[in-house]
Order: sequence, then structure tokens, then C-alpha cells
Amino acid sequence: MTPAIELQGISKAFGPVHANKDIALRVLPGTIHGIIGENGAGKSTLMSILYGFYRADAGEIRIHGTPVTLSDSQAAIAAGIGMVFQHFKLVENFTVLENVILGAEDGRLLRPSLAKARKELRALAEDYGLNVDPDACIEDLGVGFQQRVEILKALYRKADILILDEPTGVLTPAEADQLFRILRRLRDEGKTIILITHKLREIMEITDTVSVMRRGQMTATLPTASTNPEDLAERMVGRKVLLRIEKAPAQPGATVLDVQNLCLQDATGVARLKSVSLSVRAGEILGIAGVAGNGQSELLQVLSGMRPAQGQVWLNGQPIDIATPRADARTRRALGIGHVPEDRQREGLIMQFSAWENSVFGYHHDSGWQRYGMMQNAAIRQAAAAQMHRFDVRPPNPALEARHFSGGNQQKLVVAREIERHPQLLLIGQPTRGVDIGAIEFIHQQIMALRDQGTAILLVSVELDEILSLSDRIAVMFDGQIMGERAADATDERELGLLMAGMAPAGGA
Amino acid sequence: MGKMPNWADAVLVPVISLLLAAILSALVILAIGEDPLAALQLMVKGALGSSYGWGYTLYYTTNFIFTGLAVAVAFHARLFNIGGEGQAMLGGLGVALACLYIPWPHWALALVGATATAALLGAAWTLLPAYLQARRGSHIVITTIMFNFIASALLNYLLVNVMRPKGSMDPATAKFAEATHLPTLHDMLAPLGIAFSKSAPANISLVIAVLACGAVWVLIWRTRLGYEIRAFGHSEPAAHYAGINATRITVATMLISGGLAGMMAINTTMGEAERLVLNSVEGAGFIGIAVALMGRSHPAGVLLAALLFGFLYQGGAELALWTNIPRELIVVIQALVILFTGALDNMVRMPLERLFTPRKPSIKKG
Amino acid sequence: MDYATLLQVLDSTVRLATPLLLACLAGLFSERAGIFDIGLEGKMLMAAMLSAAVAYVSGSVWLGLLAGIGASLLLAALHGLASITFRGNQLISGVAINFLAAGLSVLIAQDWFSQGGRTPSLTGGARFEPITLPFADALAGVPVVGPIYQQLISGHTLPVYLAFLCVPLTWWVLYRTRFGLRLRAVGENPAAVDTAGISVVGLRYAAVMICGLLCGIAGAYLATALQAGFIKDMTAGRGYIALAALIFAKWRPWYALGACLLFGFLQAIALRFQSIDLGGITIPVQVMDALPYILTVVILAGFVGRAIPPRAGGEPYVKER
Repeated sequence: MTPAIELQGISKAFGPVHANKDIALRVLPGTIHGIIGENGAGKSTLMSILYGFYRADAGEIRIHGTPVTLSDSQAAIAAGIGMVFQHFKLVENFTVLENVILGAEDGRLLRPSLAKARKELRALAEDYGLNVDPDACIEDLGVGFQQRVEILKALYRKADILILDEPTGVLTPAEADQLFRILRRLRDEGKTIILITHKLREIMEITDTVSVMRRGQMTATLPTASTNPEDLAERMVGRKVLLRIEKAPAQPGATVLDVQNLCLQDATGVARLKSVSLSVRAGEILGIAGVAGNGQSELLQVLSGMRPAQGQVWLNGQPIDIATPRADARTRRALGIGHVPEDRQREGLIMQFSAWENSVFGYHHDSGWQRYGMMQNAAIRQAAAAQMHRFDVRPPNPALEARHFSGGNQQKLVVAREIERHPQLLLIGQPTRGVDIGAIEFIHQQIMALRDQGTAILLVSVELDEILSLSDRIAVMFDGQIMGERAADATDERELGLLMAGMAPAGGA
Repeated sequence: MGKMPNWADAVLVPVISLLLAAILSALVILAIGEDPLAALQLMVKGALGSSYGWGYTLYYTTNFIFTGLAVAVAFHARLFNIGGEGQAMLGGLGVALACLYIPWPHWALALVGATATAALLGAAWTLLPAYLQARRGSHIVITTIMFNFIASALLNYLLVNVMRPKGSMDPATAKFAEATHLPTLHDMLAPLGIAFSKSAPANISLVIAVLACGAVWVLIWRTRLGYEIRAFGHSEPAAHYAGINATRITVATMLISGGLAGMMAINTTMGEAERLVLNSVEGAGFIGIAVALMGRSHPAGVLLAALLFGFLYQGGAELALWTNIPRELIVVIQALVILFTGALDNMVRMPLERLFTPRKPSIKKG
Repeated sequence: MDYATLLQVLDSTVRLATPLLLACLAGLFSERAGIFDIGLEGKMLMAAMLSAAVAYVSGSVWLGLLAGIGASLLLAALHGLASITFRGNQLISGVAINFLAAGLSVLIAQDWFSQGGRTPSLTGGARFEPITLPFADALAGVPVVGPIYQQLISGHTLPVYLAFLCVPLTWWVLYRTRFGLRLRAVGENPAAVDTAGISVVGLRYAAVMICGLLCGIAGAYLATALQAGFIKDMTAGRGYIALAALIFAKWRPWYALGACLLFGFLQAIALRFQSIDLGGITIPVQVMDALPYILTVVILAGFVGRAIPPRAGGEPYVKER
């Protein structure tokens, strides 16, 4: 059978970085093909090339046997390729209908295009179960529906190859199941689907064939039925992976953090945190599991002082002010609460600052780093050099700007800064997102070491593996609430998955 | 991404931008039938060829240091203060109030007092735009533009209807008292045995301007406030994460910026005109933008760029006097400098970055 | 104020609102596409100078208009080059363009005419003549309505009618055509436009050039219709008032008409009366001068309904990796 997609020798470099190197790929029509790999393995770059968003430096692309030049997205669309990006490309204050016709209008006037699209959307809704109100404004729709609009956009453009980039990242498990049902139906109608993900479970659940990418190269392509998660994980990272790290049992001490009935509403009045209560003791790690966007980020923001909220919070038995705007991150740090933010590039570091300037970021009021409002730069430089040495930051050059370090080394800078203060409580968000394997292990070890020194740690991660391997107790968040709490050694992915979907597992507490 | 050594970024980019602006300006001069080289000679002679010329060049330089620093400080917080013009007008009002209504015993005291009131009123004129930017998200570029016009209307009203002496037709205040007159460079250099033109307006404000450069350098690179200003400028979310209060930084930065712009008035109003006139700022607030861009928001760069523009201003005046080239040529040059060092920065930078990027691509670890 | 005076003030409101309206709609196209433009002033100024110069030399206002539009388009292209192609700071580019125009306009006028940076006065065919609408004089005698038709509606120059026609036209283009849909989309989320296979760069250049075209007409109107020739700095901040009107109008065409008429009215009042006596309180003329700017600050402060600019405004578009 002629493959729907055939890639040969695709290479793409961004400056000195090879995002894709000599990639070959064959996908048969009417199948779901998964592409799996770590963050930064080059999956998204490859798909952007296939969608004409980037031009490959070298290589050939054949669609249904015909060589094509995908010089822009228009060419890709013409070749029957549709793409659903991880971050939706929708105009927020347009209606569904307007978004669907954008770029695929018939003629210069809108009215006929809109009428035609309305009819066609109705047909698509019937064919594939893709129901969306055509006159709804995008900003009023939930993410699941926004994703459907993206799929509808592709189908309206007569795509018969559909690429989805990390489509479940923002979905609840239930929404993800719904998406998978739609994808199966599309496949059964003869569409070819490429699913990019870093989640092994999804690959096993829905794909027919799977390709593994590592460091810009395609390391394997095989039928899904002939492989298993452990095998794929090994191919992804290039060596055996310890799915759980060795750890001594926790020796929890007194309660450090006590949170009661924490509530938060965002600017539009939507409740983001609904009466959250939890506690963390000295020397233990409480992991917060959940699908992204279910209140974990907000919890970190409130506890770290970046956002006021309602409710009671005690630190070592002392109530702390969380409601007034004066309760900011600075006062929270002074209380001994450290914070490794979820997004190190946006929040944790000033990318244009040198490593040494970043080493006191947030602690620049401390008496060791400033006196009478004047920064003690020599002292900071010296301390930063020693710290970078201890945390094996490479290159160990304190004068280098943060943006010139790799993701893993950037994260080490942040973790070092927060850990070396020996906080009472450390808040950690997504400690290993976009971090290479070597740095992940190092960072995990540092977190464990801090726990063993008696720090209370609250860990938020969307990676269930990470939660399971680091935490002593696990709380699951869904829709701004804590769905349940389990001891880490008394639960498994299945149970947590159900909680993450907002369902109490049968027989559960 | 290409990475350039810091010296190239700090020196090469502005110099090339300046060259491009100079070449285009030369073409403009050619187009109006004059000889660019002769024009340059005339400018150099008129601006730097005599102590009279230097006196004017340094007088303008003083203005541009203040307004350049004002824009530069705001740039560090990623705030574009386009309202230097209005803030300097208010600074003039501050100087006039201090000099007209307080009987100063000595010029030195008057200078301190007038500097304070000038800075105070200049700063006050940024308060509302800064606050609105921080708390209501009103774009500071637009609000400061609006405040320029409001300042102009306000000054117009005050000078025409309130502060104008009886019987005078000029929209200006009365002459300041003798005791507030500042020593000129002539007065200052004479005791040292250096002869300097008596009629040139450069005065002791120049010293204050240079001191202000030093103070801004300390502020930005050595103080905690400066650290916070730069952090806020580079990344607002990160500043928030670090507990840096956005409102406080925005307002503090703009107050300092407006204060610096206002201080320009001690040079023009107290040092030169010795009364407040309607058009005392004469666009210096806007030239500050070019100066700050050209000087890469660094006080040393601002000093050099201000000197360059002081030279252009005085040289341009000489050109207008002796040739067919109107003063507006300077406005064109100023526009070209803003264009190349500000808006078309990437056009200059991108080829340079390519030049500095190693040919052999290496795989970045990470 | 009697009826005749009121009509005169309103008549002058229409004249003064015209350049504001054209520039405001110009800014609307540009900013709706995500390109901030504080260079409206400069484009108008350059167009005013070149249209007056060419109209004087050729004796034809039409050639003058074309020249004015050409000058404005050139500056618009420069703005596009800086802010679209080289992804520079749009605000700084606008500032540079304003200065470039302020300097070049005088430089060129001085070089050509040696009259201190102004053009000679325009007469006859080098100016736009007022157009008398049908039956204007015949209906003048009809009470109340007659004078409105004769003085207020009839008797304006062509660019005035053009400017007012541009309002429904802009609305129609923006909300009823494919181009308008894409233009609005690129100002809100250029990535959505790019992934739909439409050129972000092309759309934004188109918007910037439309902006140049309208500013060109506005400038030509100033020098060849409202006044008879170019003088130094003749735009006198109108570009900024238009910008203020655009914010006041929340980037919408019909609101823009209202805002420009209001600001034109303030200008007309300030022009006619030196000070206004409101039952004992005298309002000096400077308050009228400052009022558009004060109103804009109030609007920006969000006290009278919030003005939300196009979401992608001011940000150069860079494809994300």
C-alpha cells in the first residue's frame, strides 16, 4: 500500500542545534501513528516541517506517493494535511464559525462563506460526533471544545492527514477518552492520524504503529502491538530507566504547613480553588497530582505569596496572611518558604541576568546581599560560584547570562538558589519539565536530600511517574478540589488516574 | 541564536547605526545642493572651533544628558517615557516658582532649591501616567504623550493668564532675581586662568548633569532598587515571583525619570533664560529618546550621545546661519538615529550577529 | 449662542473633524492588524507638504493629492519595514517617523521655495473647492432644516465627504469581507492566521499601507482644502488627537466618527471663542485645547468603560519553535 506520508532524510537545524537529523518515516493510510519522545527530542519540529511551518534543510516528503514541497502552511493544507497544535491557534474573540473559515473562505465576502461553513459543520458534527455551537465565542468555550474547533478547522479544509501535538496535555482523562473516540472514528473513516505525545499510556492505548524520537533522531518505528511501555521508555531515553528512585522511608516530624479551606476566584469570577485543605510535615514530600489546569498552579501561587486568596494557612502553627495584597512573595520568603516555580524561564530566572545575579533573585533583600540599599555584588559573586560548583552547573561560569545555559542547568540554578536557603517549606512546581535525564536524576536526589534534612516539601507535577517516585503522600487535584489523598506506597496509576478524572474509585475512601 | 560579544553590542551596533544615519544625512545635504563635507567642517568649526561654540554645544549637551537619562532609566524598567517634554516643562515651572517666590541669599542655595522643585514637579507629572500604567494598564506611551499636550496647555495658561508680569506682552514670567543667576563656564573657569566665552550659555548645570550620570549608574547597577528595576524590565512575571512590587517599581522608576527630565530646566530656565518662557524645552525631551537609544540606556553612553547631539544642535544652528541648510536638518538626523538605533536595530544587528557566530555548527547539549 | 453661530461652529466642526477622522481610520486599520502607529502625525505632515508643493508646481490639486498619498505611503512602508520585516519596536519607529517628517517637510519646502519652510499659497485649481450639493441654495430658505442642509451638509470639499464615506466603508470592509476577517484576526492572534496558511507579513503590510493611504488624504486635505498651502508643523498634534480618538472609539469605526466629531467640536469651540463663560465660571481656551487629551487619559484609565486594544498589538510576530 502507498504510504499516506513518507519522509526521507529530513534534517533541520536552528543555529548550532540540530532539531531533526536524517529522519525517515512511513505512515500507512487509515492508521493512527504515534510519535513519542522526550521534551526537546524534535517531535514538534518534525511536525512543523510536515505542516509547512518550517522548511527542512534537507530531505524529501511524499504525500500518498507524490513528492511535495511544503513551503508554507497553505501548501500543507492543499496537500491534505491538518494540524492541531498544542497551543491552540484560535482567535479568542471570534466565533467558532469565524475561526473555522479563517483562511479557507470562499470568495471575498463573508456572508456566503459563513452560511456554507454552518451547513458543513452540521454535517461534520453528524459524521464524527464533533458537536460545537458554531456561534459561540472561543473565549467562552472550555479547552476540550476549543480543541474540537481545531479539529473541525482541519476537517473543513478537507484534511485527510491529521497531526495532533500533545493533544491531551490540557485535557482531563475523561476529555482525553472522548478525544480518542473521535480519533478512532476518524481513522475508521479512512483518515490518517499522527499523534505526538510523551505519554506512554496514550501510545499503548490508541496507536497502531509508533515511532520513537531521541535527540533529533528517529530511533525506532514498530507496531504498537509488538512493544510495551518499558521497551518504549528505554528507547526514548537511550538506556534503562528506573521508574522509581530508591528512597529511605520518610521520617515525618511536626506539621509545617497547614492549609484549611483555601478558596480562590479568578478575575472572571471562576472558582480556581474550592476549599482546599492539606498539610505537610517536616521531612516529608506531599505530591499534588492532577491534569494541568485543575488548580495546582494556583495553589502554588497562593502559598508562595504571588496571589491573594481566602482561607487559613498556618506555618509552624503560626497563622500567615494570605488575603491582603501585602502578603507578597517577599514576606513569604522571609517566613522560610522557598519556591521553585513551574516555569523557570518566565518566572524563576531573569534570562538576561548573569547566573550570580540570579543566585539572589527573590532574596536580594537579605542582609548578606545588600546593605542600606546597595547590592553587595562581590559577596554575591563569590557565593554564586561556590553554589554552582556544588550543584554541578555547567558551564560553572557565574558571569554567564541565564539564557545561555541549557534547560537542565537553568533548573539547577533555580533549585540551588531555593534549596541552599534551607527553607522550612519548599514549594516545587514541575521540577523536571524540559530537563534532560541526567539533570532530572540530580534534581530528584537534591529534593530527597532536602527532605531527609527535615524540610517539608510540596511537589506539584503533571508527570504521574515523578509524583509516584518522589512523594510520600499524594493528593490529587481536580477542578480546584482535592479529590483524595493516598499514601504513595498504597496506590497506583490506575487509582490516581480515576481521581484525576474527578471520579472517586470504587471502594475508595 | 547568534551571540555577540558585549563590546560589539555596546559599541559596534550604535556606531554602525550612527554611520548609516550620517550617510543618509549626507545624501540629504547633497540633495539640497550643498556639500556634505563642507557642511561637516562648518559644523565642527561652529560647534567645537571656539569656546563660544563649545559653550553652546555643552549647553545643549546638558539638556540632553538630563532628558537622555530620563528616558534611559525608564527603559531599564521597559517603560517608554515619551513625556520628557512635558515633564521638563513642569520642571521649568518648578524652577520659576522657586526662583520667583523665594528670596535666595546665594545662587548655590537657589540651585539646590530650584533643582529640588524642578525634579519634584517633573516627577509629579509622571505620577498619574505611572499609576495608571501600574494599576489600570493604561499604556504609558499614550498617557505620557497626552500629558505632554496637557502640560503645554497648562503652561500656556499659566504664562499667559497668571504669571505674566503686568504690562508685558510676552507669555513669560518676570526675570529672576540676581541672586539666583548661575555661574557660567566663563565664571567657573576664570579663576583657573582658563579663558572661556562670556556669552555662551553653558553653566554649572553641566556639572550637575555629569553627576547625575554617575548617580544613575550607581542607581541602576549598584543599588537594590536598580536591581529590581532591571529585573522588572526584563521579566514582569519573574519580578512578581521574586516579590518585587510592580506598582512600586513602575511609580518609582517613572518618578526618577520625570525628576531627571524636570531637572533639565535648571539649565534652560535658571542658567540661560533666567525667566520661564513658553518654549523653554524646545524638543529636548524628544531628543532624549534618541540619546537614550544611541547610548544603549547606559549613563556613559548617554553622556557621549548627549555630547554628540549637543554638537549636532550647535553645528546645525551654525549651518542654518551660514548656508542654505535649515536647522531642521538636525531633526532629520535625530529621526534617523532613532530609526537606526531603535526601530531598525535588528537590521543592523542581524548581519553583525551572523558575523560573530562561529561557522561550524556544534550540537548544543541539553 | 444663537442658531447661526451654532451652525457656524458645527460647520467648522465638520471641517476640523475631517483630518482627525481620516487619520483615526488610518490608525484603526493599522492597529486592528496589530501594528501600533504613533506616526500618524508624521505621515500627515509629509503628505501635507508634498501635496501642497506638487499642487502649487503643477497647479493641479489632484496631482498634489497623489503626491501627498505617495509621501505618506513611503513613510508607511518604512514603518512596515521597521516593525514587520525587522520586528523593531513599533512605538520607536513611529516616533522616528514623526521626527523624520517634521524635519524633511521643512527641509524640502525650504529647498524648493525658500519661503522659510512653507509653500506658496495655493489658489484656484491647486485647491479643493467646496462642493455645493443639489438644491442647497434653493432650500436655504426653509426654516431650521434649510440652513442645516445649505451650511452644514453642503458646501464642503471633496475629502470631507470622502472621510465621512470612509466610516461605513471601513465598517463594511472590517466586518463583512474576507480581508477584514483576516485583518482583525492578525491583530488578535497572528499565529492563527499563520497556521491557516495566510501571510501575516502580507496582511500587516496591507494594513499599514491602507493606513498610509488614509493619512495621505488627511495630510493633503490639511494643505489643499482646510488651508491654502503648507506651513511648518501644520498638523499641530492632529495625529495624536486622532490616536486619542481611536482609543476613545475603542478601535471601532462608528465610534471613531463620534470621537472625531467630538474632538473636532472642541477644536472648533477653541478656535471661535477665546474663553467660555459658563454661568460665572470662565473656562480658558487652553482647557479646550487640552480636553481631548484629558478625555483620552480618563478613557485609558478605564473609568468610562475600558478600552481593550487588539491583543497582538505592538508585538512583532515571531514563529514559535
